Amino acid sequence: MATTTPSRNSTSPPMRPKPKQLPFPLSLYQTAVGKKWVMALTGLGLVGFVVFHMLGNLKVFIGWVPEEGAYDLDIYGEFLRELLVPLFPHGVLLWILRLGLITMFALHIHSAYSLTRLNSASNQPYAAKRDWIAANFASRSMRWTGVITLLYIVFHLADLTWGVGPAYSDWEYGRVHENLVGSLVRPAAAIIYIIAVVALSIHIFHGIWSMFQSLGWSNPNYDWMRRGLSMGIAALILVGNLTIILSIWTGAVGLEAGQ
Amino acid sequence: MSEETLNLKLRIWRQDGPSSKGGFAEYPANNIPTDASFLEMLDVVNEQLIEQGEVPVEFPHDCREGICGTCGVMINGRAHGQEKATATCQLHMRKFTDGDTIEIEPWRAAAFPVVKDLVVDRSALDRVIEVGGFISAPTGSAPDANEMLIPKDVAESSMDAAACIGCGACVAACPNSAGQLFTSAKIWHLNAMPQGQAERYKRTEEMVETMEQYFGSCTNHGECSEACPKEISLDFIAYMNRDYVKSKVKNRRLAGQ
Repeated sequence: MATTTPSRNSTSPPMRPKPKQLPFPLSLYQTAVGKKWVMALTGLGLVGFVVFHMLGNLKVFIGWVPEEGAYDLDIYGEFLRELLVPLFPHGVLLWILRLGLITMFALHIHSAYSLTRLNSASNQPYAAKRDWIAANFASRSMRWTGVITLLYIVFHLADLTWGVGPAYSDWEYGRVHENLVGSLVRPAAAIIYIIAVVALSIHIFHGIWSMFQSLGWSNPNYDWMRRGLSMGIAALILVGNLTIILSIWTGAVGLEAGQ
Repeated sequence: MSEETLNLKLRIWRQDGPSSKGGFAEYPANNIPTDASFLEMLDVVNEQLIEQGEVPVEFPHDCREGICGTCGVMINGRAHGQEKATATCQLHMRKFTDGDTIEIEPWRAAAFPVVKDLVVDRSALDRVIEVGGFISAPTGSAPDANEMLIPKDVAESSMDAAACIGCGACVAACPNSAGQLFTSAKIWHLNAMPQGQAERYKRTEEMVETMEQYFGSCTNHGECSEACPKEISLDFIAYMNRDYVKSKVKNRRLAGQ
């Protein structure tokens, strides 16, 4: 038979009131599960960018193309600005893509920031030492690897996109290959790039696995692939980018003689 | 009964009340039979404390056979101790060695205020259940057996989720004090079944949003599932996330009523 609990709701009032609900797509972002969903989707987009960015950069190994009289990386850079050119004016589609990228970055960072705030408000530290069982280095350091990556991006843009601050002295717009080689032959710059690539790979290793959980892409038939996939993509990004950095640093890839 | 006994040193969290400041106190636990459970060991220590005229240690316990979900303390930094898939009451002293120091601390989360010593108030979990952890079924005579066909694997999946005893170890083990594993288990054991379909998306939406009033958010460490005495799977969290986003879409379509 039904029993009533007389002192119901007498203890533990909600720590946070329910926010007033916004219209549909925004209402998702009001909750932590929705924010994780946004973080996972933007993370997926950003990983896609990182993979294509690396594939583009691997053209540094093709080097000088005599028929074109230019470096292959420079040709690729110009190709990006020329994307769908009769349809869009020069460089416009690239800027549209960049705006999408910036939006994804902003949402990824904002959701991470607000969830971190929520978590530290919900958590109380233990007085005794915790003994972690499942949490690994990657999952425990997401906030740090994320911040390292963000700081690195500012450095990277100044170094190679804007040609200001830490950029190498003869930086010139459009000469992608020469700017890259000029920057990475400096040991200090190469070390910053290596640290950033390692941090990014660790971030992606947990991020991709975590994405499947946050989006609810779970099926016992395929779940065994999730760990391997995240490890594979993280390893691809780590090895691909490290090869570029180390090849230039050690001089295996440089400038063509006489150019 | 074996004759083997252990001599242990305990560091137990003592706290007089919700608002008082707590701290660790050291107690010896001597001549503890290896056949004793962890809670029986605490009983022995409390007997000694009572004989010495001290206030015994308050600790949560009830059925002592791993099904009620009442017991639960942090033992050496792990929820329910180092044994996998056991509640504190099922942890036996034979798992410890003579001379060990054992640190015992209550669950810690902003939503679980300490009541006294090792006892915390877990009623935030009840708040989550109240808004959707049920089905609204008309009462009356019992339905005929097998009137509603349920595939065996669906029943098994639902049953795996329903194994949750609501002890709160998932929240205690989580670095973010998230209630995801508990809430997702409570959602899925109904959402998997035909009886739960009518209120499926309302339930998911309400329970997730109430959970977020008290608990943190999931960062997919997986500590909860490792600490769980019933080994509830992380997959249920993924199912909950999926149903939650669906619920936001579906409940929007109910607008206009």
